[in-house]
Amino acid sequence: MGTKSKQLPSVTYTSINKPRNLGRFLSISPAILFLGFFFIYPVVLLLGLSLVDTSGALSLEHYTRLYEKGVYVKVLLITLKIAGWTTLFAMLAGYPIAYLLSTVKSSTRNSLVIWVLMPFWTSFLVRTFAWIVLLGRHGALNELLLALGIVDTPVRLIFNFTGVMIGMVHALMPLCVLTMLSVMENIDRNLLSAASTLGARGGQAFWRVYFPLSLPGVAAGGMLVFITSLGFFITPALLGGARDTMIVQVIIFQIHEVLNWGFAGAIAMLLLVSVVVIFFLYDQLLGLSTLSGESTHEQKRGVIGRTGRWLGAHIINMLGYLCEQAGVLIDNTFPARSNRPRRSGSRISLWIIAMTVITFLCVPALFVIPVSFTEEGFLGWPPKGFSLQWYEEVFNSTVWASAAMRSFVVATSSALLGMSIGVPAAFFLVRKQFFGKAALFAFLVSPIIMPNIIIAVALFYLYAKLGLVGTNFGLILGHTVLAIPYVVITVMAILKNYDHRLDQAAWTLGANKWQTLTRITLPLLSAGLIASFMFAFIISFDELTISLFVTGGEVTTLPKQMWDDALMRVSPVLAAVATLLLAFMSCVILISEYVRRRGSGK
Amino acid sequence: MTEYKLRTHGVRKTYGSVVALKSASIEMQEGEFLTLLGPSGSGKTTLLMAIAGLNNPDSGEIWIDGKLATYLPPFKRDIGMVFQNYALFPHMTIFDNIAFPLRMRKMDAARIRKEVGRVLEIVELGHVSMRFPRELSGGQQQRIALARCFVYKPSIILMDEPLGALDKKLRDTLQREIKQLHENLGITVLYVTHDQEEAMVMSDRICVMNDGGIDQIGTPDELYFNPTSVFTADFLGESNLFSAEVLEVKDAAILVRGPAGITIQGESRGIVSVGEKVKFMVRPESVNTGEGDLNDNNAQGILKEVIVTGQITKYFVELVDGTEMMSTQLTRREERKHEIGQTINLSWSKDCTVILTDNTVG
Repeated sequence: MGTKSKQLPSVTYTSINKPRNLGRFLSISPAILFLGFFFIYPVVLLLGLSLVDTSGALSLEHYTRLYEKGVYVKVLLITLKIAGWTTLFAMLAGYPIAYLLSTVKSSTRNSLVIWVLMPFWTSFLVRTFAWIVLLGRHGALNELLLALGIVDTPVRLIFNFTGVMIGMVHALMPLCVLTMLSVMENIDRNLLSAASTLGARGGQAFWRVYFPLSLPGVAAGGMLVFITSLGFFITPALLGGARDTMIVQVIIFQIHEVLNWGFAGAIAMLLLVSVVVIFFLYDQLLGLSTLSGESTHEQKRGVIGRTGRWLGAHIINMLGYLCEQAGVLIDNTFPARSNRPRRSGSRISLWIIAMTVITFLCVPALFVIPVSFTEEGFLGWPPKGFSLQWYEEVFNSTVWASAAMRSFVVATSSALLGMSIGVPAAFFLVRKQFFGKAALFAFLVSPIIMPNIIIAVALFYLYAKLGLVGTNFGLILGHTVLAIPYVVITVMAILKNYDHRLDQAAWTLGANKWQTLTRITLPLLSAGLIASFMFAFIISFDELTISLFVTGGEVTTLPKQMWDDALMRVSPVLAAVATLLLAFMSCVILISEYVRRRGSGK
Repeated sequence: MTEYKLRTHGVRKTYGSVVALKSASIEMQEGEFLTLLGPSGSGKTTLLMAIAGLNNPDSGEIWIDGKLATYLPPFKRDIGMVFQNYALFPHMTIFDNIAFPLRMRKMDAARIRKEVGRVLEIVELGHVSMRFPRELSGGQQQRIALARCFVYKPSIILMDEPLGALDKKLRDTLQREIKQLHENLGITVLYVTHDQEEAMVMSDRICVMNDGGIDQIGTPDELYFNPTSVFTADFLGESNLFSAEVLEVKDAAILVRGPAGITIQGESRGIVSVGEKVKFMVRPESVNTGEGDLNDNNAQGILKEVIVTGQITKYFVELVDGTEMMSTQLTRREERKHEIGQTINLSWSKDCTVILTDNTVG
């Protein structure tokens, strides 16, 4: 902040308190050091392992094996296939929601977004169990289909590709919708009005004007979904069949069953390279800046980009033309009357489609609740009778109690640690101008892009050396690595809207830097900071991958206990835990939402 | 009477409990430049949007080119619209932007090229056709927005504060350019602005709007010299506006008692009766401050302040009851005629004095 104060003409600096350059990087260094040691160092260590053989000499042994054993290439292809289909479905189903959200008034949008984010807010495992209840052989959907006489025998909806698709699209669509929405919100509504006054019918205006402008958002959302899908293992493990094994499951197998670190490192490298290649292609085609919702029309594109664009333009023109023809047809059947208001049929269909998809997004979480009160010993639909026995079992079990306790302690600690490292870093990134700012930002948020499994395995390896495996401390450090990017991103978003002149006003009124920070800046930002803390808390509370490894099977967190339980047998106990978790998460969300609203109402 | 290019009758629009437009009826002749002028929230944009088909009025009728268009979708109305932020499509080149309406009308490629080239010549921007909107300055973007509008020769062009985002100098230039385009191309323009000077400069007629209703429609001259409402008198230009009581009525000539008890002669278009509370208005430039100048109306006061705004010098004079009157005169180099604190004489003629009965605003 010292450099900024130079801009103030009303404050005269003498040579005694001239801003120093030395302390300039003080606020950012903890973040760099922390991520350097607990993120970059272990990952490099792990990838390094893949390049040496058992004797410790440099060798490509693991990679030759990777290539020769066709199974791994096959698994990679399956992974890419699953990720590809997930992305396609998430984009197709998410687009109408994002489009609807961007065109309704803001109060409607806020309440709809809560429902869209439902999967985000409910624990990962809760969602997956919900699908088991819904889609299982005796699940709700099959019972319904049988009752309606549509099918004679139960349809196989889970433990196959369909199950993986449903689970993954459900889990990732909110991410896709939000990314698309961030771009769509910035599309000037006047452009559509302009198109229609210039003679474009609804369909033409949409395809020729709105759709091309929303494409950067679609691409960004699609890429985020694709990258995230590559690192999935919970959904394919619980909802998929043997043929739907994804690459992360193979890494887990290598570490847990075979203890072959080098080979696991090689598979991790394969995964990481895939991610990097996708990033590269995306950057070639569209430019990475679209990820942050900025449009990039002037960017130079490569051959692929130009060809893609040419093809795209023709497809769009064709779609526009088709829509126009359809419109003309409808007009001829039901002529537009100039003397009475028209009803928009396309608007109604948009609402119907979007609400169907939103129902798909939030129903599973709510289905778990009734099931948890069943009297039967298995998860079935409809639940029989009413009993609290599963809740009793959970509350009487020391395993669940200690797991919950540990999750709570670890989540609180890593959120606090993440905040104390991430908040100064966010301040630094927003308020200082320096060379390599974009690169530093990319570094700080890179744990999001890195598949969690790589971080998890790498940390496990590092901890084994440091004796941190199975400790709460190790778990907290691991979750902090994941929390920092989210803290940095949310706090930066708040800071960008903060009027820096308020600080300047405080300085001119005689407050020093510390007083300004504690009396002006932080109180004004408190709502945002609390929301950011909640976010970090949930990230840790719901985290399974890192917990799975660094706990070393000695201690357990709530998600890990659920996972272990689920692998043994899917019992109503899980539904009970899921319901409790849902209630707890809802409380956390409602509190942070309340704090946010109170804060913004000032 | 020939057919109107545009006619609205009793157009009303409400948003929930808020009445945005009470009942607007306007008529436009072919080739006319009509401006909707009013403060924000006066309903001018609501009326424009209804005419464009971008909102559905609750009641009333809109006729474009003799055809009922009240609820026709915008793309069937044959109108052009220039938006405040230009609304150029950012993902299309200038050429594609201007070609857009022609493509929507299924014109063949060769003709599109010709037409686009023609209008780009008119706005003198032929060299930018392959650029994207963001590579152009604000003024150039505005010209392109205009070109995109008249390339397909719509019946009527609607403009929603098209110069709002530009600086003063550029605005002046573009005002004249739009005016020239209007005259040369013979287009019918419905213009919206809150800038009274802009309205005076450009319009054939001005429609003053206030609080969701039409206050007065007339030529700039009529509105300026013969306003029929206190609002119009106050909104257009600067004015001395005072309360008065009617003493005597002789046809249009009226005698009133004004501030500080002075008797004032004036004229009224409306009907007033003796004893009625009214307002009278006189433009500052009609008030003289010369020593010996005596006119129909005279008042003495103490000179409180003199402000030189550029080509105009403003004199603020306080009458004995504390009322302040303003007189404006062209700034001259020679020494100032009056000293502050001096008692001076103000005089103005009775045909510059407008008696207003409107008591809704003021």
